Amino acid sequence: MSVLVYVDSFSGKISKNQFEAVYYGSKIGSVTVITAGNTSDDVLAKLGTHGASKVLRDSSITTFDAQQITRLIANAATELGAKTIVISHDITGKSVAPRLSARLKAGFASGATALPNGDQVRVNVFSGKAMALVNLKTEIKVISVLPNSLKPQANGDSCGVENYNGNAGAAGITVKAVKKPEGAIPLPEAELVVSAGRGLKGPENWGIVTDLAEALGAATACSRPVSDIGWRPHHEHVGQTGVAIRPNLYIAAGISGAIQHLAGVNGSKTIVVINTDAEAPFFKAADYGVIGDAFEVLPKLTEAVKKFKAAH
Amino acid sequence: MKILVCISKSPDTTSKIAFTEGNTKFDENGVQYIVNPYDEWYALVRACELQETQGAHVTTITVGTATDDPIIRKALAIGANDAVRINSEARDAYFVAAQIADYAKNNGYDLVLTGKETIDYNGSQVGGMIAELMDAPFVSLATRLEVNGNTVSLDREIAGGLEEVEASLPLVVSCAKGMAEQRIPNMRGIMAARTKPLNLIDPISATELTQFASYELPPAKSACVMLSTDEMDKLVELLHSEAKVI
Repeated sequence: MSVLVYVDSFSGKISKNQFEAVYYGSKIGSVTVITAGNTSDDVLAKLGTHGASKVLRDSSITTFDAQQITRLIANAATELGAKTIVISHDITGKSVAPRLSARLKAGFASGATALPNGDQVRVNVFSGKAMALVNLKTEIKVISVLPNSLKPQANGDSCGVENYNGNAGAAGITVKAVKKPEGAIPLPEAELVVSAGRGLKGPENWGIVTDLAEALGAATACSRPVSDIGWRPHHEHVGQTGVAIRPNLYIAAGISGAIQHLAGVNGSKTIVVINTDAEAPFFKAADYGVIGDAFEVLPKLTEAVKKFKAAH
Repeated sequence: MKILVCISKSPDTTSKIAFTEGNTKFDENGVQYIVNPYDEWYALVRACELQETQGAHVTTITVGTATDDPIIRKALAIGANDAVRINSEARDAYFVAAQIADYAKNNGYDLVLTGKETIDYNGSQVGGMIAELMDAPFVSLATRLEVNGNTVSLDREIAGGLEEVEASLPLVVSCAKGMAEQRIPNMRGIMAARTKPLNLIDPISATELTQFASYELPPAKSACVMLSTDEMDKLVELLHSEAKVI
């Protein structure tokens, strides 16, 4: 069966979640990748190692516009006769996949956490507090894959890259500027996350959080009150009304673990909680717990991580 | 300018999640419904700000039954001019989007705002679908929105930062944190909401593309391993050899 996977490559690089989407597609059928931008052949050819048989690149599109990318994917899918279209459930996927579903009248599983079983796809619902099986009732199907849900294995060679004209039309959106802090690890993609809450008492104390994050190579996050009072930027807020993340390791210091916060992190593989209050609800959701002051524990943990890194 | 704000109900964020009828239905027993926080705090409040500063007309739209009327009245109390309810169960995301896109097109709405997702199904689906059905541009996860005549300037979330974009009306926008601040309706708003128009509209026919077949709860977490503040080397070792995450 022909499967079309859209890979976002505007940055010139291919992030891990894009490889996951290609791998996911390759478990369903023969994968053709469609992408836009000017990423080099060498970089795109590596998608073959995760199951792509071919990459089609439309270089006429150089910035992201959901409407234009939707037309590109839909046109390619029609031309190839692809019955399943896969895309990562990242910021790009969230804006393109629903458009594609409506355009092709294709059933859409949003945020799949496992491979499909017939017409059924597993997704998370109620902010990760439950799972559901959704039936896709149409012949053509759109699936967006939740990042960090499956462990892709490289098992193939590089693949060919061809230029492609998707007749995607004009963009309705003009990109004016990009504001990106240098060097920061994007939170939704991070495998390791160090997070802190009101227990840190003020933004001037965040050094002990960023020190640990730096030692680990982790992204930093925070609880809702911390971003609401402006100690940390909004995009760091994880929880039900912020970003939902599912890293391999989530370290939370000075966060009590209200149900709304847990909803944003309960997909994490391993949770470490550091809190002075032994009754903090977060300990019930944790794998490892330390009852103690973040001001004492975080620097000690940073030292231990540095020692470990030096030895390994 | 006419702004259409999509309002959905969702279970209160503290609701206990359970299922009935052989795990095929959400157990509504004891569940308090609220306006989906993203719809209310960000989309609706920003629309009301544009009403106050630029005289925009703000209509809320909900696909649902009479049980949704209390949350629609809450949206009116926050400041919408009027409300529309498409009188039908919300059968799936496509069905809902088809109703809203049809209403928006036929009634001349320039700007359609949604929350970035609902906190029950978390699909982030309806906004993008409406945009496609209206053949309009879509800016998702917007954290800033300014309207100047026919031109809209926005910031949207991208991996690790923000992108500043510009588009013209008509436009569909999904709204995220940063767009506006939550408002608590005042007594005057609550009184006024009682008499503001809530128009019932019959649904158009639209096919369902999906159906939720069954639900399950995640497996219970095993007990937490407690360590003392002097055991950080041991914690790192456990994260390496036991959890295998570093």
